[in-house]
Amino acid sequence: MRFTRRAAVAAVGVAALLTATACGSSDDSSGGGSGSTKVEVFTWWADGGEKAGLDGLVKQFGTDCAGQTFENGAVAGGAGANAKSVLASRLQQSDPPDTFQAHAGAELQDYINAGQIEDLSADYDSWGLKQAFPQGLIDNLTVEGKIYSVPANIHRANVVWTNKKVLADAGITKDPADMAAFIADLDKVKAKGIAAPLAVGKDWTQLMLFESVLITDLGADKFTGLWTGATDWNDAGVTKAINDFKTLLTYTNKDRDALDWTDAEKLVMDGKAAYQLMGDWEAADLDAKKFTDYAWFTFPGNGDTFQWLADSFVLPKGAKNAEGTKCWLKTVGSDAGQKAFNTTKGSIPARTDAKPADYPKYQQAAMADWKSFKQVPSCAHGSACSQGWQGAANSALGKFSTNQDVAELQKAMATAASEFVKK
Amino acid sequence: MRKLRHWGPGLLLLSPSLILLAIFVYGLIAWTTKVSVSDEHNALGSKGFVGLENYTKLFTNDINDRFTHSLKNLLIFTVVFLVGAMFFGLLWAFILERGVKAEGFFRTVYLFPMAVSFVASGVVWRWLMNPNKGDSAGGLNSVLGGLGLDFLQNTWWTNPDWGMAAMAIPAIWQLSGYVMALFLAGFRGIPQELREAAAMDGASTYRLYRNVIFPQLTPVALSALIILGHMSMKMFDLIMSVSGPQWLTEVPAIYVWQTLLTSDYAKAAAISIILLLLVAVVIVPYLIYTNRQEKNA
Repeated sequence: MRFTRRAAVAAVGVAALLTATACGSSDDSSGGGSGSTKVEVFTWWADGGEKAGLDGLVKQFGTDCAGQTFENGAVAGGAGANAKSVLASRLQQSDPPDTFQAHAGAELQDYINAGQIEDLSADYDSWGLKQAFPQGLIDNLTVEGKIYSVPANIHRANVVWTNKKVLADAGITKDPADMAAFIADLDKVKAKGIAAPLAVGKDWTQLMLFESVLITDLGADKFTGLWTGATDWNDAGVTKAINDFKTLLTYTNKDRDALDWTDAEKLVMDGKAAYQLMGDWEAADLDAKKFTDYAWFTFPGNGDTFQWLADSFVLPKGAKNAEGTKCWLKTVGSDAGQKAFNTTKGSIPARTDAKPADYPKYQQAAMADWKSFKQVPSCAHGSACSQGWQGAANSALGKFSTNQDVAELQKAMATAASEFVKK
Repeated sequence: MRKLRHWGPGLLLLSPSLILLAIFVYGLIAWTTKVSVSDEHNALGSKGFVGLENYTKLFTNDINDRFTHSLKNLLIFTVVFLVGAMFFGLLWAFILERGVKAEGFFRTVYLFPMAVSFVASGVVWRWLMNPNKGDSAGGLNSVLGGLGLDFLQNTWWTNPDWGMAAMAIPAIWQLSGYVMALFLAGFRGIPQELREAAAMDGASTYRLYRNVIFPQLTPVALSALIILGHMSMKMFDLIMSVSGPQWLTEVPAIYVWQTLLTSDYAKAAAISIILLLLVAVVIVPYLIYTNRQEKNA
């Protein structure tokens, strides 16, 4: 008797637990199907200007692609880090969203290698994108003759932002044309009692600065070669660039490793620094913070080089609604779609036939440069190197910030290149 | 059959949790181990077995010795954190045990930081440990400056050599109260007779603590060390919110996260297993020890 009662209790307990687990697992098998008209767009654009841009794009999608419905698959937080880890597990389980956001260029390499995204070259022809985008961008996007993504926007990385008042106080009237002139200007500002005229933040912002110095010292072609394996990282030009970068670091704030880019931006806004190298999202941010006393110039010695980075969309293999996704991609690449997205996000369209009058002041200047300048990619933002390479480069720059060992940085970058460059 | 009747129902009742543990803890450890000896360095999946290559690479061939650097950081953090938390915990417990007024109030005050999450306190400590000095000082440095103690101003966690010691300060602040609670319970658990007997033998207060009370506290101290030690080795959230992921303050747990983000599953798994072994080295002897104690009792 005693046994049966105990056994009954146990059996009921087990049964209850098993039902609970069974219920838990049957939740997400709904949806899908071949006749779907939903397009799930996976991004990390969840708020601010990015969300507004996405909304603009969705509106355009509604008119261009009647019969398809947009489904927002945004994962917020961590500057995309959270979204990327969710995406990685979904791709591994062969449950891809209909399209997802990724930095255009080398960061796509992992997905291409894994055979997770489709070739869009034929669609580029039929949508006329090869003529609409500048040749330099097409070259950077092409992997072994194929193009896998449609960029929604273009940002520029190699721009120096200045506080006009601080520069006027130091008697600086014209933009420096080369590294020597830049250092002379930094000295002038320093003489006015500003200890750290050049504001930088933690590792990746230092990587951006380092890349700009590399462009100056190596030139655009050799710089691009660093990321494709055509240029050797042990080159004497790289050594010179590291030494120049080291000199520039002496003009920067000592607490750099404790700052993010917005903290460094604040130093410029408060007049505690004169210069900051940052991507052109800084223009939108300064405008949003109602700071008007700023100016910008291309990093000294970069000449007519446009270091670009872009958010783009892809067609994953096994997307449930490939037709709808293609319509989304067509909208993203179209003139109207790019206008709807970029006028609100504060970036510029990748197309060269966009009308400048539709855009604010900084963007108009950037659009003119985009048409005529030479395009080079950026590692700090994934257009030049894969995510693993980017992580290794950030780490190496972080170490250089603490000990300024030139040979060590060069060796670390060379090792990273040999590990990650396309084989 | 009789025996089965005896332990059968108990086993049946335990089986759901046993099965879940087997799958989600031990099964996944086994799977992680398998990944760590494969060459799954990207989303492409594994092509084969590479033995211990991922492990040896971490120690001998990591760029800038990144992994050994993260271990060194972890060592400094753990030592400072354990010594600091044990010292303050014991000190506070001792003071309260000697009979301070409003003991309940102080106990709550000291214990309260533990209720705050590492992420929340990390954000505040990030601001407190602002590395600027002199005119642009902020946080603790500006307090020190205001008190005329400029020479004490510090670069805190941005110091390349001893930054991790500064990183341990928030952790000490947060968990000293917990150690205090453990020790206080230990003090209270010592029978009054022992103290009386010592007094009868003419022991001074110093001898009483040195030869009677503290030896009784060894098991408590050991538990406290183990609990703090394994927390310290897995430290992630505090460092993420104070400094973010970066070279200066990288510890293995953060390195795992960074590696996972770049889809290098094999390397991330190898670091995880090393981390697991490190924690096991501390925990397993302790479990054996307590098991024996319980059997003897």
